[in-house]
Amino acid sequence: MNLGTLVFLALTGVTLAGGIGVVATRNVVYGAFFLLVALVGVAGIFILLLAEFLALVQVLIYGGAVTIVLLFAVMLTQTPEQRRVQDNPQRPLAVVAALVSLFLFSLAALTTPWKVHDDGAGPAVSFQELGIALFRDWGLPFEIASLVLLVALVGAVVIARAREEP
Amino acid sequence: MSLLDIILVGIGAFILFNFIMGSVLVLILAERKVLGRLQQRLGPMRTGPWGSLQTVADAVKLLVKEDLRPQGSDVFIFYLAPLMLFVPGFLIWAALPFTRDLVLSNLGLGLLYIVAVSTLSIVGMVMAGWASNNKYSLLGSARSAAQLVSYEIPLVVTVLAVGLLAQSLNLVEIVERQVPVPYILIQPLGFLLFLIAALAETGRIPFDIPQAESEIVGGPFVEYSGIRWGIFFLAEYAAAGAMAFLGALLFLGGWSGPFSDSPLWLFLKATALVLLFFLIRAPLPRLRVDQLMAFAWKVAIPLSFLNLLLIASALFYGWPQWLLGAVNWLVLVAVVAAFSWRRERRLARLRGRYAA
Repeated sequence: MNLGTLVFLALTGVTLAGGIGVVATRNVVYGAFFLLVALVGVAGIFILLLAEFLALVQVLIYGGAVTIVLLFAVMLTQTPEQRRVQDNPQRPLAVVAALVSLFLFSLAALTTPWKVHDDGAGPAVSFQELGIALFRDWGLPFEIASLVLLVALVGAVVIARAREEP
Repeated sequence: MSLLDIILVGIGAFILFNFIMGSVLVLILAERKVLGRLQQRLGPMRTGPWGSLQTVADAVKLLVKEDLRPQGSDVFIFYLAPLMLFVPGFLIWAALPFTRDLVLSNLGLGLLYIVAVSTLSIVGMVMAGWASNNKYSLLGSARSAAQLVSYEIPLVVTVLAVGLLAQSLNLVEIVERQVPVPYILIQPLGFLLFLIAALAETGRIPFDIPQAESEIVGGPFVEYSGIRWGIFFLAEYAAAGAMAFLGALLFLGGWSGPFSDSPLWLFLKATALVLLFFLIRAPLPRLRVDQLMAFAWKVAIPLSFLNLLLIASALFYGWPQWLLGAVNWLVLVAVVAAFSWRRERRLARLRGRYAA
């Protein structure tokens, strides 16, 4: 067993422990912190795969922004009487969604012909290529995705405002 | 990577860590002395010649103080929070180059690394505020999370504009692109926005709303005492120092200067920025929360995108550097003029109201 395998096992352990923590803990705030552990563990695996750019974006977006927004929502909405609610009737749906996405992702991962550099000199896809693909070849889908996000943002503000000023 | 490499990196990290700790001690003393002079006081005078040993004495005092934890706080997260703030504050320094060769880790994506790591410190703030089981702490950490998330956007966008202009995210290459003209002359608007966002990110006056002593008695760190409180303090100054170095590298030309390239130039430039931070702090009051958020979302973010757009179009249409610089200066002058015009109008209206 070489150093890379050891590091991979350690990172996988951290990621899985974080993921199990998210679903196993009784405390929602703890769940958010465990989620951070899992997400940073995934960033570590990206670094191991020489995908520095993806790792840094993972830390920037998920580690910084998403976890904070999540914590914010939990802290501001959690009241003592709601704290007991840990379950709802959507449980079977969640199981189905998890299994379907596991199946689809493993299908995609196993059937895609990956571009591999065996010499370990650098990432198979540099971040320059990634940028060109995102903003030139796939520019329109990118714009549509950002438009959808903008609409969601404006919608959230409208809903919040409507309750504030009747 | 051999064992020797790992040992060498370890030694480098140890030296860097001690350098940062030393400079933080000096920074705290310098801030108290400079601030004292600006407010017509002497600052610390009793410990050592001209008070020069004051921070050492304070550090020793913090080390021997009793370590308190409030009842009903969350033990694990309460003790983890200082480290979550401390570690990212120091990880930033690992990618900051001091000269072309003197850098602990010369990352190809160094700029993105610094931005990504510095966002992790928000989690530490939120952890501290939540685990303390104190209303003031929770309010402080909510304020700090809102402020840091908001000002992160102009910071990231202005920093990426520098990367775009240099066509690289490697800090060494960015410094080398500034050899004839430092970027402060080409994008002064970007520098101003970076300065404001850096002040807000490090929570310094006039952006110390999360800690506002007179409103929420000290924010996320109220319940911490002794060396745990000291760690928060250290992390804050380490982050402020890192921001000054980053500003010197991105906008002031780093280690390049007249006569010869040397890390001394970088230290001089970073020191100038730190002194500027102190100068900004001395005369200004604290902003209100709504003013702070309004400024971030209505002024800083649109202007930082305008700056990015200017640089992108300059690159796309192949403008020469002097033209980009001229347009950027023009926008800066227009923004400052618009602000002072608005202030004059508001003042005139207030005067009219009081006269009537």
